[in-house]
Amino acid sequence: MTRTDPDTAVRVAGLTKRFGTFTAIDDVSFTVERNKIYGLLGRNGAGKTTLMQLLTGQQFATSGTLEVFGASPVENARVLQSLCFIKESQKYPDSFRPEHVLASAPWFFANWDAAFAARLVDDFRLPLNRPIKKLSRGQLSAVGVIVGLASRAPLTFFDEPYLGLDAVARQIFYDRLLEDYAEHPRTVILSTHLIDEVSNLLEHVLVIDEGRILMDQDAEQLRGSASTVVGKKTDVDAFVAGRDIISRDGIGGLASVTVSGLSEAERTAARAAGLELSPVSLQQLIVQRTTSTTGSPTTHDAVTATDAWSTHS
Amino acid sequence: MSGPHHPLIESRQSLIEAGKPIFMQIAEQIENDIIDGAIEEESPVPSTNEFAAFHRINPATAGKGVNRLVDDGILYKRRGIGMFVATGARQRLVGARTEQFRTNFVGPLLDEAAKLGITPEQVADMIKNPTATERKANNS
Repeated sequence: MTRTDPDTAVRVAGLTKRFGTFTAIDDVSFTVERNKIYGLLGRNGAGKTTLMQLLTGQQFATSGTLEVFGASPVENARVLQSLCFIKESQKYPDSFRPEHVLASAPWFFANWDAAFAARLVDDFRLPLNRPIKKLSRGQLSAVGVIVGLASRAPLTFFDEPYLGLDAVARQIFYDRLLEDYAEHPRTVILSTHLIDEVSNLLEHVLVIDEGRILMDQDAEQLRGSASTVVGKKTDVDAFVAGRDIISRDGIGGLASVTVSGLSEAERTAARAAGLELSPVSLQQLIVQRTTSTTGSPTTHDAVTATDAWSTHS
Repeated sequence: MSGPHHPLIESRQSLIEAGKPIFMQIAEQIENDIIDGAIEEESPVPSTNEFAAFHRINPATAGKGVNRLVDDGILYKRRGIGMFVATGARQRLVGARTEQFRTNFVGPLLDEAAKLGITPEQVADMIKNPTATERKANNS
């Protein structure tokens, strides 16, 4: 194992986790750079939570290596002190109230900021002395979000942190995360289904599908990396021939094909050929990439979509 | 709770469009503010963190947009104070945008006109006097 690399928070190589015959994480390698906000994205059951459990020492790897701040997290007090893992359904002792959670947080998190926590309690209108058992789903999520933010852990995981949080509360979470991250840079790994909502917050995107890393890319490179070309089927087919086709859809004589990497000159050429170009959001891109690999395309053009994928893979 | 109910919050997110690198959009918005005089030369531009908070984007992304303008000499850094608009920035931006206008708008306009058999002189007439030239173009 190497000594602590100042730029790397997480280094994973050939990581595999099997539960019986099921391979949850399948020979995965990637690194997480320090002080960036990562999105860990993927469909249900893709392996996101298992991966975060491995990174936080709550699961043992079947094979492969895994370093967090230069060492294995398993039973490693130095590493575990630097981590905060906010789970979708955190369990608390039965008698606990939110005030107990906040009072005990400084025991676990060296950087805990009680004043920031108090401000977040106000923001989320969290009743501090109501038993945890009596909190609404959204209020319970707010407890986790407050702990995750105010702990200022060098590596913070948010695993679907906002079940039951309304739109206003989610916006508060994003705003406070950005503000506080700007003042206190740290590594954040945000796992969520709400890709559109968080996409602008992310600096780097990891997409996991069926236990494998499907994308490991700078978020800005991903944005604008694909365009949808719409027009008469014959024109579209002529234009996209030989290109990297991500997905294809169509109705009647109209075709809509998403391709990657168009240069400015190619865009001009497409417009001159009477084709319409539309941008592809991060969410659309990820949906298209992750549905393409399942082998059951849902487009009207099922056959061509599969063909398109086979040229890609 | 104060901020979250402000009407600006609904509108400001739409300033960023999906599918286009955000740092380019940030750079373009600053350029637009300089061109239309909203930010004058030798005056400060908001900090990276202010851009990030306002647009709800990653600070590193906002920084990339600002740095692009620094590389282009449109903005410059005053140590310990922040970013400022360089003298002559507006004129240089207008010059660059005029070139872009030529390729992005005038070029395609003339291409389409040529397709329809409209001469550049007729196009110029149409621009100067839209209603009258419409008839003329139909007659020719």
